[in-house]
Amino acid sequence: MLKVENLNSFYGASQVLRDFSIDLAAGEVLCLLGRNGAGKTTALRSIMGLLRPRSGLVTLDGRELTSLPGHEVPKAGIGYVPQGRRLFSELTVAENLEIGLMCRGGGEEVRERVLQYFPRLSERLDQASGTLSGGEQQMLAMARALCVEPSVILLDEPTEGLQPSMISTIRDVLLQLRGDGVGILLVEQRVDAVRPVADRVAFVENGCVRETVGVAALTENPELLRKYVGVG
Amino acid sequence: MSGADRTKAVLLLCAVIAVLFVLQFLLPEYHHLSMTRIMVLAVFAMGYNVLFGYTGLLSLGHAMFFAAGLYAAGLTVYHLEWSVPLAFATGVAAGAVSSLVIGVVALRTTGVSFMIVTMMFAQVAYLATLYFTTYTRGDEGLVLPTAARSFDVFGVAVDLTNPVVRYNIALALLAATIAIIYKVVHSETGRALIAIRENEPRTQMLGYNTFAIKLKALVISGTLSAASGAAYVLLFAYVGSTFATIQYSIDALLYTLLGGAGTLLGPLAGALMMFYVIDIASEYTVAYLLIAGLVLIVLVLFFQKGVLGTIRERWIRWLP
Repeated sequence: MLKVENLNSFYGASQVLRDFSIDLAAGEVLCLLGRNGAGKTTALRSIMGLLRPRSGLVTLDGRELTSLPGHEVPKAGIGYVPQGRRLFSELTVAENLEIGLMCRGGGEEVRERVLQYFPRLSERLDQASGTLSGGEQQMLAMARALCVEPSVILLDEPTEGLQPSMISTIRDVLLQLRGDGVGILLVEQRVDAVRPVADRVAFVENGCVRETVGVAALTENPELLRKYVGVG
Repeated sequence: MSGADRTKAVLLLCAVIAVLFVLQFLLPEYHHLSMTRIMVLAVFAMGYNVLFGYTGLLSLGHAMFFAAGLYAAGLTVYHLEWSVPLAFATGVAAGAVSSLVIGVVALRTTGVSFMIVTMMFAQVAYLATLYFTTYTRGDEGLVLPTAARSFDVFGVAVDLTNPVVRYNIALALLAATIAIIYKVVHSETGRALIAIRENEPRTQMLGYNTFAIKLKALVISGTLSAASGAAYVLLFAYVGSTFATIQYSIDALLYTLLGGAGTLLGPLAGALMMFYVIDIASEYTVAYLLIAGLVLIVLVLFFQKGVLGTIRERWIRWLP
């Protein structure tokens, strides 16, 4: 489904991604783990075309995305929930969703389907999104990304700063999405949030994927976490 | 905004237009003329508000679009003896074309750079009005001949020297502008404009070509500003380079900020307040701008989002 091959991305003269490669199947959750500054967020931004890689290839179901302008990538079927949610805080929940829907011409049917993942948002449609709780804002950010009906969704630390009950809700939604065949590329710092949802884990260090393992390896081989994340 | 809120908003807009219509029968001659002027200038500020209030782009060069309409309409009447409707259409077209061309260049910049680039373009436009004095008479300007200011519409003579006709044409232009902006703001484009104002990178991540949407906003904004300029010259018969100075760009910004950026009626309220603050203060002192400045400071302290913007935030959420 999503294939990333040998991406090399730079911020000015500084190289951040070095031959970064991953692949993601439909209905699979791949988690990128690594220390701060390893290049996880940059990898997501490069896939989305928000940071133009100098070389490398991103394809979705065989369609090359690297040459597309940034605003065309979501239309190709990739949703992105950046770190920090970044909602349109003065707009209501319904208006935030509407902006997501307009991108691919999705109508009421798509909105209802998305709201089934987040029933709590249905009760808050007329509320300004800036007044939602942190967990609800995260739900809305995910819901808005799902409005483009993506086949792959990129999530950058979706559980950051959330209380345990919200983390559990987000986890349940991720499992539902996985069950519905959506490929999920997840960036996380919290290993305990990764274990219940991920199928595989890719360890990122110095801008490249050092090792990709099944999620069970996190428990079986704690040395991996010590080596790449500095915990365990 | 819910359906009920939209109905209330539309009813309020209709009420404002109705009140302005009735006012013409109540106002004394001087205020009648002032109100005509205010309505035309409010159209300019409403155009500016599309770019600044709804899209979040601060231009310091909007006087060039006002002047584009003013000069295109004024010069064609004066030199080519075109009819008023044709001259007005030419003024509007001049605003659309100039905003499209300038937008393609200026929108490659953002923030402070965008302010400077638009200001520089406006300065070029201003200097052009001084340079081509053969046609424009520079600072001195041109006065349109009285005979050129009347025309026929389906056999009915329209005389722009008649104050009642002028008032109602200004009101019609204002009403049309309100309708256009309301339609734009509540369309998909309007949602996208607000999304760009709130967070442009995020809007792009959701699949929007933000450059194209901003260009659309600038063209709508520039065209409305030019319509105001074209109406101004045809209604008041004078065209001069003063209208292309940065002061007019600042005026549009002030009207918008004072009334409430991103509110539909804010620029009208701002233009009304600024006009009368200066008008009343100038009756008492030659240092009237000092008083206007103090009033502005007080208003900004108590109404940080402009008068209507603050009212909407605190009390009336459905205010358009």
